[in-house]
Amino acid sequence: MISPSCIQTQVLIIGGGVTGTALARDLALRGVDCILVEKDDINAGASGRNHGLLHSGARYVAGDRQAAMECRAEGEILKRVAAQAIQDTGGYFVAVQGDDERYIADFPLYCARSGIETRAVDVATARALEPALSDRAIAVFEVPDASIDPFQLSLESLAQARSLGARLMRRTCVVGFEREGRQIRAVRVRSMVGEEEMRIEAAQVVNAAGAWAREVALLAAAPIDMTYSKGTLLVTHSRLAGRVVNRLRRPGNADIMMPGGTVSIVGTTSTRVEALDDIHPTTADADLIVEEAARMLPALATMRFIRAYAGVRPLLGSSGAADSRSVSRGFALFDHEDHGLDNLATITGGKLTTCRLMAERAADLVCRRLGVTRPCLTATTPLPAVPECAWTTPGRSAREWMRSHGSHDTLLCECEMVPGSTVDAIFDALRSAGDTPTLTDLGLRSRVGKGACQGGFCAVRTVAHLYQRGDFHAQRGLAEILDFFGERWRGQHAILWGEQLAQAELMEALHCGLFGEELRAAPNADPADQSSQSSP
Amino acid sequence: MTGESRNTFDVAVIGAGMAGMAAALFAAERGLSCIQVGSGGGILFASGLLDLLGVHPAAEGRQWRSPFNALAALAQKQPDHPLARVDPVAIRTAFESFVTALGEAGLVYAPLGDRNRKVLTSIGTVKTTFGVPLSMVAGANALEALDVLDAPDTPPSCLLVDFRGLREFSARQIAATLADRWPGLRHQRIEFPGFEDAPELYAAHLARALESGATRERTIALIKPLLGDAQLVGLPTVLGLGRSREVHAAFEAGLGVPVFEIPTMPTSVPGLRLLGALEAVMSARGVHRRRQASVRALACDANTGTATLDLDGVPGGERVSARAVVLATGRFSGRGLTADRGSVRESILGLPVHQPASRDAWHQRDFLDPSGHAINRAGLRTDDAWRPLDMSGKPAWPRLFAVGSILADQDWMRTKCGSGLAIATAWAATQQLADQLHGTAA
Repeated sequence: MISPSCIQTQVLIIGGGVTGTALARDLALRGVDCILVEKDDINAGASGRNHGLLHSGARYVAGDRQAAMECRAEGEILKRVAAQAIQDTGGYFVAVQGDDERYIADFPLYCARSGIETRAVDVATARALEPALSDRAIAVFEVPDASIDPFQLSLESLAQARSLGARLMRRTCVVGFEREGRQIRAVRVRSMVGEEEMRIEAAQVVNAAGAWAREVALLAAAPIDMTYSKGTLLVTHSRLAGRVVNRLRRPGNADIMMPGGTVSIVGTTSTRVEALDDIHPTTADADLIVEEAARMLPALATMRFIRAYAGVRPLLGSSGAADSRSVSRGFALFDHEDHGLDNLATITGGKLTTCRLMAERAADLVCRRLGVTRPCLTATTPLPAVPECAWTTPGRSAREWMRSHGSHDTLLCECEMVPGSTVDAIFDALRSAGDTPTLTDLGLRSRVGKGACQGGFCAVRTVAHLYQRGDFHAQRGLAEILDFFGERWRGQHAILWGEQLAQAELMEALHCGLFGEELRAAPNADPADQSSQSSP
Repeated sequence: MTGESRNTFDVAVIGAGMAGMAAALFAAERGLSCIQVGSGGGILFASGLLDLLGVHPAAEGRQWRSPFNALAALAQKQPDHPLARVDPVAIRTAFESFVTALGEAGLVYAPLGDRNRKVLTSIGTVKTTFGVPLSMVAGANALEALDVLDAPDTPPSCLLVDFRGLREFSARQIAATLADRWPGLRHQRIEFPGFEDAPELYAAHLARALESGATRERTIALIKPLLGDAQLVGLPTVLGLGRSREVHAAFEAGLGVPVFEIPTMPTSVPGLRLLGALEAVMSARGVHRRRQASVRALACDANTGTATLDLDGVPGGERVSARAVVLATGRFSGRGLTADRGSVRESILGLPVHQPASRDAWHQRDFLDPSGHAINRAGLRTDDAWRPLDMSGKPAWPRLFAVGSILADQDWMRTKCGSGLAIATAWAATQQLADQLHGTAA
């Protein structure tokens, strides 16, 4: 028997979400060698399935002052060091008739107590600036909320980490730990593509697997108390407000609407779930969000939605608590020493806004254990902007295309105006890093498929382009269309009514009616079966 | 614009998709005066292929060589399916009649046989269909020859050509996707003459350009040196619009081998050709068209036996009367059905729509789930005479008929029967309608 190949590093990071990628950068900046393994792709879990909200902290001022203050401080830091990934839109907290007046009265005091700037805005002025606000609004406060692109943040963090020597292994899953005394000697990983196994020997291992952190820790026989809460969000067809709009009340369902380029993102819900497979938005989630958010923003009741998505929040402790909103949204760092381990840490919980701080705490622990004394640099060192990592920015592809147009650079995604040159740049970057890119990888790194057609038209054009480039061979393009559009579909079925239902019908007429893609998947659709039918 | 006769018709057809066009055509051929309301925009999404019934049952994905055998199996298994309720002999007659009319307008189809045909699509899949335009038939012949060859080491040598800038069509993709089934498919990319500086090309522009003899000759001259041993040549659907027959013939003569078109993503050239041909047919048959109009209100008077349609989109509005109405308004993209978060409505009269109990059951979570999406089988249910039913289960009005994809209990996209559904039900409903009107007139 051939023993699996083995590689060595100082620190192995498990999980390529916002925390894992921030940790890779933090360690790399301190001169520590690391490998990041990710079973899917960058931000494939909750890191890529959230509002994209850089919290001012105001949402947590009454219930979780610690979280509120962390958000405030981290928001200020990220606005300084990662400005390129942030739109400083500002935010409103809005109460409508029937909301708790006492909470409204106390809100500015709570904010002051956590050091969060607020300013009362006259309701008429607020409605003039954000006409989508309900005429039943009774109080409005301005807060320093902002919008952040988690994909750009993670990809740029990783890009800097890799430039300093960090290694990334995408589509690589942890399958086991080799323990020896109080040490993990090696972590066994398996490629999700090629199936081959490999051993990674690391002095320290950090579990940053987000919602999957419990499963990963269990593989090392290091149980942690964690529960899961599913949150669903809806994407509108067009943007409804310029600012972040929050409901002025204690955190509840459908409280937040974020601006996201040409769209708005509304959510969330909070549903306790037991398992991580089969997480999807339901029609009930969608109805709840529309009905609840429409109290603050009435146009949502008749708005066209183009997509729904759901992520899982890892919540720490209190597995008995009935309401998952009352469980802390703070984060936790486990050193696992009480599990008899001296070189494993788990960093989980928390929020997008606090990802840098979570990485700093984890890196501090790891460096102390390694005897590395260099301090954390991420709070003061600007995150270098990397053009190849910023194709998720709404409108960027269109601007570049306008500049280059006339040079045979054709638009492949017409909804989001993504040209062939953008696709080329992303594919070439992945290839030069030794990767085999897919259409789904492209979707994560760009705006392709994010418009009204949800991939129905642009997947066809993009695949034709990629065949022409020589990226795809044999029947791979068909499989790629199905994977990509299938994934987009799972984000649609909960919001298919009105115009978007008509759009979905057109897409099925194309993909099934004309192209017959479903027959390729059918087991008995081969030519032999066809000719087995007798003629009259 | 005075005179009642001007605004009174035997039949008003609402809808100008395939079903509305077929209904207006068949009504006119039965000697009835007819007005048709609707833009025909839906036709632009047509591929030009006339499916009859390619797959049954949908859940098994079983494809049929004979659509008539498929119809017999459908009648056994799903007697309520609208296609199962039309006599197969009448379906054939209806198809012949429809294709003949298109041929008169210059859009010629290959003779209809007993079998389904196989046509290559622009993504490299093979589609089962029934009526194939002459411009696509050489490809179907070659594909079918592949399947009967005992020695697949001698497949017909074929060159696929595409044009730089036509984004939805890659000859290289088709050749790669079909490589196992059709070894030796070659591909070449050329610049379309006169469009060398254009980043994006649109099939309709190319089709129009090829109606000019000079552009045609230049294009043929670019392809000819690439032929090699090719026994036939495949191209995207760009060979002319209204003069497609002439353009296609010129390519075959110029290249000296059979030439076939491959249908692409809509909106496409075959849709434009169909729309042009059908409009010419309507005009020749004396059908009054209100292309820009939509029906604001439809009132069916039980006492007078007359329906009144108030039209929007006509300057000053228009009111027309008809003794019979055919609803051919299509489904969601055609606007015949409207859905909100709670339920599906019929858009004009609010007729009862047969539908799943709640939105949760409308769609499967997997797009390609073999059982299809229940919402696609929602629609209007009718009596034996194709009259949609009201809440009490009786015909909503004695001379209101419904045809085409708005009908319930079918999934045309999965079973490849869209044109068949349109043509067959339009034929059957206009027959009922004509019988009734002639009966009352007598």
